[in-house]
Amino acid sequence: MASAFDRIADLIAETSDVPREKITPDSHVINDLGIDSLDFLDIVFAIDKEFGIKVPVEAWTQEVNAGRAPAENFFVMKNLAIRVEELVAAKQAPSG
Amino acid sequence: MRLEYFEMIDRITAVDDNTLTAECKVPGVEGNPVFAGHMPGFPLMPGVLLIETMAQASGWLLLHRLNFTRMPLLASVKEAKLRSFVLPEASLQVEATLVHDGSGYAVTTGRITSNGKKVCEVELTLRALPFPSPDLAAMVRDRARSLGLTVPEPA
Repeated sequence: MASAFDRIADLIAETSDVPREKITPDSHVINDLGIDSLDFLDIVFAIDKEFGIKVPVEAWTQEVNAGRAPAENFFVMKNLAIRVEELVAAKQAPSG
Repeated sequence: MRLEYFEMIDRITAVDDNTLTAECKVPGVEGNPVFAGHMPGFPLMPGVLLIETMAQASGWLLLHRLNFTRMPLLASVKEAKLRSFVLPEASLQVEATLVHDGSGYAVTTGRITSNGKKVCEVELTLRALPFPSPDLAAMVRDRARSLGLTVPEPA
C-alpha cells in the first residue's frame, strides 16, 4: 500500500491542476501549491472518501486562528499525511 | 415557485437525516419576467434555475441536519445534466440526498422529476457557515416553517 503522503499527493494531482511532481513532503498545500479554498474543499472530500475519515478542517483552522498551533502542522504535506494517519488510526482503535 | 424571488420550493413533503423531498409548480407565462426573457416566443424554465432548485432542496436538507444553526451556501456544481425541457406550469418533484457530511461542508446529489420522468440531476458541494445576520436566520426559519419543516427554537 502506498504511503499516506503518496495517496494524498495523488489525490491533489487528480483533483487540482497541480502537477504530481511538484508535490513534495515539504510543500505547503496553500502557499506552495497555490490551491484555493474551493479546490481544497474538493481535496478534503477526496481524502475523506479515500481514507474513510472526516478531516476536521474547521477544528484545525480554529486552532491556527487561535494561535494554538502553527498552520504548518496541518497544511504542509508531510504533516498533513501524519494527521490523516492519526485520524485513520483513531477510527480503527477500539472504542470504550 | 416565484422565480424572480428565487423561491423555488413550494412544499417539503418528507425529510430525514439523509434525504429531503419537495414539490414545486413552475409558474405560467403570463406576466412572468423570467419567461419574458427566456425565451421570447419559446418559454422554458432556465436550466440554471433547475440547478438552483436542487441546490435549495439540498440547503433545506442541510439546515434540517444542522438544526438551523448554520447557513448552507452553494460552493460547487458538478455533473449537472439537464435531460428534458421544463415548460411553464409543469409540476416538479425534487429530491436532495446527502452523499458526504464533511467538516464545514457537505456533498449532496439533487434530482428533479416531472410526472415520473427524469428532468435533471447534479452533484453539489455546500459550505456551512455561521448566519451572517440574525435577521437572515429568522427569515430562513420562517420560510422553513411555511414549507413544512419542523424548526427547533433557537438556543
